[in-house]
Amino acid sequence: MAALFEAERLHKRFGDRVVLEDVSLSFPEGGLTGIMGPNGAGKTTCFNVLTGRFAPDRGRVRLAGRDVTGLPPRRMARLGVARSFQTMNLFDQVSARENVMLALPAMRARGFRWWRDATGDPALVAEADAVLDRVGLLARAGIVARDLSYGERRALEIAVALAARPRILFLDEPTSGLGADGMARLAALVARLKGEITMVVIEHDMRFLFALADRIAVIHWGQVIAEGTPDALRADPWVARSALGREP
Amino acid sequence: MVPRPVPLVTPGMLALFAVLATVPFWIARVGLYPYLGVEIVIWATYALAYNLTLGRTGLPSFGHGAYFGIGAYAFGLAQLHLWPSLWFCLAAALLAATVAGAAVGLFISHRRGIYYAFMTIAFGQVFWFVAVKSHALTGGEDGLLKIRRLPVELGFATVPLDGNDALYWFALVAFALVAVLLWRLVHSPFGRVLNAIRQNELRAAFVGYHVWAYKLLAFAVSAGLSGLAGALFAMAQTSAFPDVMSLHWSGIVVMMTLVGGGLVSFWGPVVGVVLFFVARDVLGAVTASWMLWFGLMFMAVVMFRPEGVAGAWQAWRARRAAASRAALASAAGD
Ligand SMILES: Nc1ncnc2c1ncn2[C@@H]1O[C@H](COP(=O)(O)OP(=O)(O)OP(=O)(O)O)[C@@H](O)[C@H]1O
Ligand SMILES: [Mg+2]
Repeated sequence: MAALFEAERLHKRFGDRVVLEDVSLSFPEGGLTGIMGPNGAGKTTCFNVLTGRFAPDRGRVRLAGRDVTGLPPRRMARLGVARSFQTMNLFDQVSARENVMLALPAMRARGFRWWRDATGDPALVAEADAVLDRVGLLARAGIVARDLSYGERRALEIAVALAARPRILFLDEPTSGLGADGMARLAALVARLKGEITMVVIEHDMRFLFALADRIAVIHWGQVIAEGTPDALRADPWVARSALGREP
Repeated sequence: MVPRPVPLVTPGMLALFAVLATVPFWIARVGLYPYLGVEIVIWATYALAYNLTLGRTGLPSFGHGAYFGIGAYAFGLAQLHLWPSLWFCLAAALLAATVAGAAVGLFISHRRGIYYAFMTIAFGQVFWFVAVKSHALTGGEDGLLKIRRLPVELGFATVPLDGNDALYWFALVAFALVAVLLWRLVHSPFGRVLNAIRQNELRAAFVGYHVWAYKLLAFAVSAGLSGLAGALFAMAQTSAFPDVMSLHWSGIVVMMTLVGGGLVSFWGPVVGVVLFFVARDVLGAVTASWMLWFGLMFMAVVMFRPEGVAGAWQAWRARRAAASRAALASAAGD
């Protein structure tokens, strides 16, 4: 599989705190790459650099061979990079449907139109509902995001990212805070999306990651300390040493 | 349940305009003077325009008086020095305030929250200072005097606006136009994006919106329409003074908007304006310290009900709807 997205020797520091050091990663087209590592290791920062929130201090980011280093989030989004957030980032005061609608490329394209009504556009509504259906939220489309259950909000977080029809989807701890039930539902959702879309998933839950990922990278102290297939990683000393690694 | 398109003009809106159109016929009889109506519709226009930034886009602009004032001065200067035509002078006011708003927007639209607020205050103070100091142009503290209420040229007819009633109806038409325009804008894709930016700027950027450009445009449009209201105010007062540009008066439009419920309701700012002016005239007749009472009311709103009067009304209606649903359900259960 050819790499759709590549990070080459990324460095990032905040003040004198080095958060990413010489991080190189490559995400093959159509694959699901897992990223794991302890709290504060730099996983979210890595996503932030890959998706345009921060520019790296050094290193390159390439999407389908094109250099996209340091592009702002809106440009990355337009190039087909979508992400979800570890701590949820939704449009809390509007319906689930409008959350998704806002993320549709068709809506973005008419964002500067200021006369015709947006809410009642049947084409946009249909497209948004199709996305909600994919994540199992269609029945809740009219509910204000704030009033959804925690698990539903997690699903909506992914729906908003999916709505942009991305080429690559970054999910930052999508199961964080979910109970066993919600976890199973989310794993099923990710399994369904796998193969349709290239994904990179940060996850603490090893069972989840080892079951779904094609490859896994372990980040520790801002460095990639191990990288390989789930099977190969089970034998990795760091993974083996961390109690979690034995779980699957 | 799929959302229905929002109509161009709602029945409620038409009813509001119709009721407002009758004001000159009865305002004197309820013990208020006709000029109050003029002030209310002009400030209501201003507050609606202002709320595009604060309530809709979540931009805390605390120096908006600047654009209201720029509109007033532009209207006066255009008629005194360029061409005393109503349409031309109104267009000049709209343009001047829009340009000023866009120029300021260039410098502040990358900011958020308290930093944004401070920068709007700083720029507001600069404009106010210029208005006070450039005596030759604006008349400084003495004001720009002898601004005329130019007649409405319709081609086939000319309507004088010298009387307060005529000016009231003219200002009401302007208010209605601005209200319809903003109503459209708020429900358009552009307005929905502004609404999204208010709720979560970061996510808006990550789904691909050029947040900076949206914030700049919202601010410029709001400033321009505020300037239009300022032009009407210059006509009403037949003069323009720097005090409406001061921090104090910029704060008052914020207060009106919040008290009325601009954060949760399109019409909230209008409610706030009516409350403010009626309070001034009714309380003001009883006590010279009416502003203290209005200020206390403002503080109470901010502390206990930030959604303002409109928010309280919405909550009451929601409670009533829930109660009647419960009653229906129990009736069906019998
Ligand atoms: N914007 C920022 N400014 C300064 N320091 C930051 C910033 N973002 C992250 N950090 C620091 O960088 C380090 C790595 O944080 P990061 O959020 O990337 O870790 P993580 O691997 O995602 O951890 P977790 O599993 O807890 O989510 C932490 O020490 C954090 O405090
Ligand atoms: Mg993290």
